[in-house]
Amino acid sequence: MAAVADTVLKPASRLRFIFDRRDVLGSLFVAPAILYVLLLVGVPFLMAVYYSVSAYTIYNPSWDYVGLENFQQIVQDAEFRRTLSNTFIFTFGSQMLGLVLGKFGALVLLRPFPGRKLVRALVILPWAVPVALATVAWQWMFDSLYSVINWTLIALGLITRAQAPNWLGTTELAMISVIVVNAWRFFPFAIVIFLAGITAVPQDVLDAATVDGAGFWRRNYQIIVPMILPIVAIGLIFGIVFTFTDLSVVFLMTMGGPINATSVLGFKGFQTGIVSGDVSHGAAISLFMLPVLLVVVIFMLRFIRRREI
Amino acid sequence: MARATAAGVAREASFYGAVAFFFVLAAFPFYWMLITSFKSNSDLYNVANIPFWFNDPPTLEHFRYLFEQTLFVRWLWNSLVIGLCVVAITLVTAVPAAYSLARLTGRTGESLGIGIFLTYLVPPTLLFLPLSRVVASLGLQNSMWSLVLVYPTFTIPFCTWLLMGFFKAMPPEIEEAAIVDGCSLAGAFFKMTIPLSLPGILTAVIFTFTLTLQEFVYALTFISSSDQKPITLGVATDLIRGDIFYWGEIMAGALIASIPVAIAYNLFLDRFIAGITGGAVK
Repeated sequence: MAAVADTVLKPASRLRFIFDRRDVLGSLFVAPAILYVLLLVGVPFLMAVYYSVSAYTIYNPSWDYVGLENFQQIVQDAEFRRTLSNTFIFTFGSQMLGLVLGKFGALVLLRPFPGRKLVRALVILPWAVPVALATVAWQWMFDSLYSVINWTLIALGLITRAQAPNWLGTTELAMISVIVVNAWRFFPFAIVIFLAGITAVPQDVLDAATVDGAGFWRRNYQIIVPMILPIVAIGLIFGIVFTFTDLSVVFLMTMGGPINATSVLGFKGFQTGIVSGDVSHGAAISLFMLPVLLVVVIFMLRFIRRREI
Repeated sequence: MARATAAGVAREASFYGAVAFFFVLAAFPFYWMLITSFKSNSDLYNVANIPFWFNDPPTLEHFRYLFEQTLFVRWLWNSLVIGLCVVAITLVTAVPAAYSLARLTGRTGESLGIGIFLTYLVPPTLLFLPLSRVVASLGLQNSMWSLVLVYPTFTIPFCTWLLMGFFKAMPPEIEEAAIVDGCSLAGAFFKMTIPLSLPGILTAVIFTFTLTLQEFVYALTFISSSDQKPITLGVATDLIRGDIFYWGEIMAGALIASIPVAIAYNLFLDRFIAGITGGAVK
């Protein structure tokens, strides 16, 4: 007992004071993380906002204030308007397709069958593997000459070689291709989210509903779907944010082409701000993501708050 | 009866059809990577050949070229160094922060935690312009160290959130017992909480590492010299000469870089989902 008391009293009383005060230690522990995020997310974000109202380029790094001029010029640009609508089509298309695939995939994987573990492990791959690497594999599958998809269609007698589509070289097909690739990348995540939600629905609730005469569809749409809605919403929020702001898929597969048919905000911001060095216009283009992000953040906050209560 | 069995068979068939569909959808691009990387060029670039199997004997020439004639090994090394440094920075900042937000700071901690997590949703495509100026002013342009600096901006929020949930799930009585036994509050954290939360910390390590491997946008923005590129950027952008894509080498490189991430995800998937949904399931 005496030995314990000794070790307690040993440390310098001042240090002891810091290490025992909850509020002091709490702030001390959280400070480095907050500081890092403030300096490298908060400050750059404000810089991006300032760039968008300045005349900054890498060749002329002045901070002259030009007001909303950059935004006005951008909005008048038909190419940009195309980019904006492309971004919505790209996001909406790939999220819808991803969700449908995700819901069906979850239903399939819910039922036990031999080899389910293996199928589940493989189904995770599109989402786990670095997007850039999976995208180059798809680019190769969509190759204008050696496309395995075209080869199969020809072999099945559906088309002739002369009719073989140039997936990434025609405007509509290129958009469909990038949507498919992005949906493909997202659907395992949707499956996992749906599975997590469905398995969390208590079995006794379902049993009670069955006893009360609810059939498969009724159980599905009046019990399971409402109960898993919060978790699906969070999954969807992630999907929307990462799709709406995506650059990799479009950059690697189409470079925004052909004729800007697949140019999206992230890509356009990159081309303008980094490749051409027109930082102010690039920043203004990127900031068009903000309204969508804000809406998403508000939704996210509501869901998190609901969980806390 | 016969009709019922026929319907049953049809249902089974459509179920396994659906299984097969998802199997092919998910796995085919990787099969395509695999087979491309072992095919000889004369086999690859011949439209008359059946593309699904070897028409000429398999070859290791693409792997050999990749390891001997390109900077592939250097890219692997870069990715490893970047990943380890980012893991170190993330752990040092996120573990105490998560503990503080989960245990020490009460209601403010709750809001701060949500605030930190929301920064995870600020996309690279919004920040890459100012960050590239920041990186340049620090003299890190075109250097892999710029990525070591910038990657924690998304790994710290992610891991703080992940670990917050983990610490909250731990019974506080453990630290209280240590404090009663004479530990300071900080001592209880270092001597009791950290050793007991090693599984959670390991999850954070794995995901930090895989997040750095998956990142593409910042790497593309900051780095143009081949010898500074991480693996993903190198394989996706550096194995092209003019208009010629070295498909065999690209697919071989993609395959090698994908395997560790694929394994990590499959092992730690449940924790990842619990982490990002923040326990919305419970």
